[in-house]
Amino acid sequence: MTTVPNAYLSSVLSGEAAAWPLGRFNAAGPLGWFHQLRADAFERASALTVPTVRDEDWRFTDLSPLYRLAFRPSRAGGMVSGATIASLSLPETTTRLVFVDGQFNAALSTPALTGNVIVAPLAGAVSDYAAIIRARLGQIAPIERDAFRAINTTYLNDGAFVFAGRNASHPSPIHVLNIATQAEAAIHNRMLVIAEAGAKLTVIEDYVALGDRVYCVNAVTEVDVADNAKVRLIKLQREGSQAFHLSASAARVQQAGQYRSNTISLGARISRETIGIELAGPGAGCELDGLTLINGRQLADTHSFIDHRAPHCTSRQLHKCVAGDTAHAVFNGRILVRQDAQQTNSAQESRNLLLSPRAHVDTKPQLEILADDVKCSHGATVGQLDEEEMFYLRSRGLPESQARNLLTYAFAAAIVDRIGIPTLVDRLHQAVMEQTRTKDSL
Amino acid sequence: MIRAGAPVLLEVRDLRAKVSGIEILKGMNLTIRAGEIHAIMGPNGSGKSTFAKVLSGHPDYTVTAGTTLLDGKSIFELPPEERARAGLFLGFQYPVEIPGVANAQFLRLTYNTIQGAHGKDELDPLEFDDFVREKMKLLEMDPAFLDRSVNEGFSGGEKKRNEILQMALLEPKLAFLDETDSGLDIDALRIVAGGVNTLANANNAVVLVTHYQRLLNYIIPDYVHVMEGGRILKTGGKDLALELESRGYDWVAAAVAS
Ligand SMILES: Nc1ncnc2c1ncn2[C@@H]1O[C@H](COP(=O)(O)OP(=O)(O)OP(=O)(O)O)[C@@H](O)[C@H]1O
Ligand SMILES: [Mg+2]
Repeated sequence: MTTVPNAYLSSVLSGEAAAWPLGRFNAAGPLGWFHQLRADAFERASALTVPTVRDEDWRFTDLSPLYRLAFRPSRAGGMVSGATIASLSLPETTTRLVFVDGQFNAALSTPALTGNVIVAPLAGAVSDYAAIIRARLGQIAPIERDAFRAINTTYLNDGAFVFAGRNASHPSPIHVLNIATQAEAAIHNRMLVIAEAGAKLTVIEDYVALGDRVYCVNAVTEVDVADNAKVRLIKLQREGSQAFHLSASAARVQQAGQYRSNTISLGARISRETIGIELAGPGAGCELDGLTLINGRQLADTHSFIDHRAPHCTSRQLHKCVAGDTAHAVFNGRILVRQDAQQTNSAQESRNLLLSPRAHVDTKPQLEILADDVKCSHGATVGQLDEEEMFYLRSRGLPESQARNLLTYAFAAAIVDRIGIPTLVDRLHQAVMEQTRTKDSL
Repeated sequence: MIRAGAPVLLEVRDLRAKVSGIEILKGMNLTIRAGEIHAIMGPNGSGKSTFAKVLSGHPDYTVTAGTTLLDGKSIFELPPEERARAGLFLGFQYPVEIPGVANAQFLRLTYNTIQGAHGKDELDPLEFDDFVREKMKLLEMDPAFLDRSVNEGFSGGEKKRNEILQMALLEPKLAFLDETDSGLDIDALRIVAGGVNTLANANNAVVLVTHYQRLLNYIIPDYVHVMEGGRILKTGGKDLALELESRGYDWVAAAVAS
């Protein structure tokens, strides 16, 4: 087999990355397990091949533009002003971790360390809370078969650690703000969220960029939802227009736990959200709302996998794509109902709107049911705006173009509204407004 | 109120219309003058809602014959939005839900559009908020409905109130209210009817499509029309509604046939 030269891969797997696990590796020290995790990841990353369009899971998402580029590991020193932080922060949140090019920025952050809630950088937490972290880190999003996760884990030296102990909750959403500032940087963000039994957490995982540079974010988020716990993850991807954003988020939900996510993808030249939810305990549930809103030459791919492993679980998913210009949206939603997962209740809907004749969407809901006593529905529509809604608005005097804009906006805004954090909803409405306004309108 | 010399607001002559290739309206004739209230009754499927949609310009319906003048001007060349700006309002039998559009935003947009069309001042969100809250009082509507998406999750009766709220804001010349009373509880019926009565004046006109004479106890019609098979079979005064209530529709067709 001939291997096509891959500038991306050789750049991220040479130099520092290659040197680190060997140079500092210390299996006997207190962080031996952590060093081992990284060393194993490096080994996996070197052995695995990165995906191409010949892989079924990446059929529509051609990463060759990424593979042609060389990156360098991101460094500290990215400049972010207080004014920038002020414009990106939310009055509804008091707890914030800021990562600039993947490096924790203590000056801009407001961690939390109350009795039973910890929001802190992972670098220190791996020593302080080794037992809690060791059992989860790299376990919920395993690296065995995924080159990007393995690369991320190779670079794992910091990240966000969010923990709520038994029955604990945090009074406000936790904002994890990831800011990209450097050109050609390979940024490896990491987050671990743990909600112990009965705990409640809302986390905003926010990706933004200063300036419009070429860089690559490869992020991994793991979420552990224990019995009766509730976790809400709001993921906002607002990367720069030349960026690459590859993200894996994986959640494991135990008995009667609830996981809810809102995934909003607006930015990046090429982005991929790989979402994996494991409903591991009886009565667990998940609700996934997604919005992809792209134009220009953007490509945004969402692959989700909901794994019903236990009885009496529920899952609900609504994913919407709005694509303009020559943008390309991909949605692949796989739901597996295993044999033991009796009394499953699952509904999945993929709704898509194309704003230009050259925009396109590939959508594929996939339902595999191995249990016999289940209630499952799924469907996909790729369509135009609703005729009756159009007529209703026009019958109230709105010109056709304005009615069209309003409905396009509404199609997307309906997902944004579900986030429920007023300042964030307002800001996203603004972004949606700008992206859905066509040229011919007022 | 019937006034012989009042200007004609709507003049429908021999109107025929089709949907999906099927002729539904088969020669409608109707004249409405300023100040009048008309009720249209008739069995299910007789074409009442079709008539409303044809008047307001629903794209699925094709006019095949006849004329309709609103305020002396032919309307069939106009897209729906221009008919609305010319003063036509349709209260929908089934108001449409629009998730993602806040009701307040929608109401302000339509209000300002119609105001703009009449060369009148538009209102900014704050001014509009005061204005719309006043109108909502008239209908005893909770201001919380402003913050929700248009009609989304509204009960049947709440949707109908929201329709009348729009009528109150837009002050149309001709309001065509398609079964605004169905789905309303007894109190809501009284409130909505009170709202319509407040809005009706010597310069406008109201058409009420209804199945129940009860509404007509609150809003007294000047004319009651019976529609069947896509045309008006019989026209009478308010007593006709009472007669229909007790005798049903069959005798009307029989009387016309003989
Ligand atoms: N899109 C359509 N395709 C075929 N037939 C249609 C269509 N729309 C309406 N019709 C038919 O036209 C006829 C008149 O319908 P319309 O809704 O106008 O009746 P209506 O008098 O308003 O009835 P109701 O009292 O039940 O509201 C019905 O037989 C209906 O089935
Ligand atoms: Mg009807």
